[in-house]
Amino acid sequence: MAYNWNWGVFLQPTATGDDSTYLDWMFHGLQMTIGLSLSAWLIALLLGAVVGVLRTVPNRWLSGLATAYVEVFRNIPLLVQLFLWYFVMPELLPEDLGNAFKQSNPIVQQFLSSMVCLALFTSARVAEQVRSGINSLPPGQKNAGLALGFTLPQTYRHVMLPMAVRLIVPPLTSEFLNIFKNSAVCSTIGLLELAAQGRQLVDYTAQPYESFIAVTIAYLLLNVVVMSGMRWVEVHVRVPGYIGGK
Amino acid sequence: MHEFDWSSIPNALPFLWDGMKISLEITLSAVVFGIVWGTLLALMRLSSITPLSWFAAGYVNLFRAVPLVMVLLWFFLIVPHLLESLFGLPRGTDMRLTSAIAGFALFEAAYYSEIIRAGIQSVPKGQMAAASALGMTYGQAMRLVVLPQAFRNMVPLLLTQGIILFQDTSLVYVSALADFFGAAYKVGDRDGRLVELLLFAGAVYFVLCFAASRVVRHYQNKMKTA
Repeated sequence: MAYNWNWGVFLQPTATGDDSTYLDWMFHGLQMTIGLSLSAWLIALLLGAVVGVLRTVPNRWLSGLATAYVEVFRNIPLLVQLFLWYFVMPELLPEDLGNAFKQSNPIVQQFLSSMVCLALFTSARVAEQVRSGINSLPPGQKNAGLALGFTLPQTYRHVMLPMAVRLIVPPLTSEFLNIFKNSAVCSTIGLLELAAQGRQLVDYTAQPYESFIAVTIAYLLLNVVVMSGMRWVEVHVRVPGYIGGK
Repeated sequence: MHEFDWSSIPNALPFLWDGMKISLEITLSAVVFGIVWGTLLALMRLSSITPLSWFAAGYVNLFRAVPLVMVLLWFFLIVPHLLESLFGLPRGTDMRLTSAIAGFALFEAAYYSEIIRAGIQSVPKGQMAAASALGMTYGQAMRLVVLPQAFRNMVPLLLTQGIILFQDTSLVYVSALADFFGAAYKVGDRDGRLVELLLFAGAVYFVLCFAASRVVRHYQNKMKTA
């Protein structure tokens, strides 16, 4: 198999005529991937915490609603959810809002759809971790809180959640890694994140192997950075007396 | 507000069913191959031969760090090249299905191997010791004593991973292969009824995956009480 390796291709100016090189394209893609994943992660954490708590409350309506939320977002493929947000949602919104969305900048449309999609998809998974964290606490903690005269919300706020949050940091790490990997799916609606830049690089440079290797390495690096960051968090929040604790 | 018109779905059902068959074909082959290759990887990872365990660890960590979309793009690039040069197939033969199955199988094997490794490690050590005491070799003990017990415990997790895999098969969209989702998208695009077809596809996936996960949970509860 004769293949002409040419790693210098990344430093060449792009064929579009502006001043950027192909390496700049990759950095733009990386920025997009990071920006998208981080903003979606923040929403997913907040929403996931709320839904996860609701799944454990004694009110049957609230916990049923939260269960339905989790089941819907876990049983539909991410790609289908993304297309639903991008193609279907604007049609179902009230007409003014839908039109405003469709007339906005295409990049804004792609980014918003991707962010909402990733955020809700991940929030259902975060909610499951929050629920299992709360359920893993000894029942005495809740009872003790209530016996001291705390209301149920106060017991959650001051007794159960501070413990549960520290216990679920390790499983959340893997969800955090997943959101970066899942963001690659957003290349299908044309969002120019890392994977999409990789494909564009193939089209423009005709050097598929270099392009894909570079993008793959970028994902590996992202993975390493996130993992070491989360390990730092893990060490700082772990609970003394538990396995893996201080 | 959007005016719904579902009339293009009934006529498209045979086409959609063809797509569903492709989705199921990819899922089944990837599950079978993934479990076999995943078991081998798990055994390598746990073996005392250092190069083997390093290889398995490297393989698993690499595939788990890269997005599935990227892996699929790799396979759509490499597999046709490879097969062309190995078997002298004519250029441009449609190998998207082969590439997709290979990509999913090798990717999922990394995830399966982690499930299987945990399953093997959850079997009490005494089982291995007892098997050795009975005069079994390492291979016999693994095959006849440890693995059967490990797999029994792992069935729910393996099935759950299968459901996730079924959902992920929709990503063959990146190669324009007409799996169930690809077929639904094509019909919707052709008839200008994207909204209805996407909602329909989402509903079908939801019903199938929800029902399957219920079955798994039922089985899991039965195992707990048994």
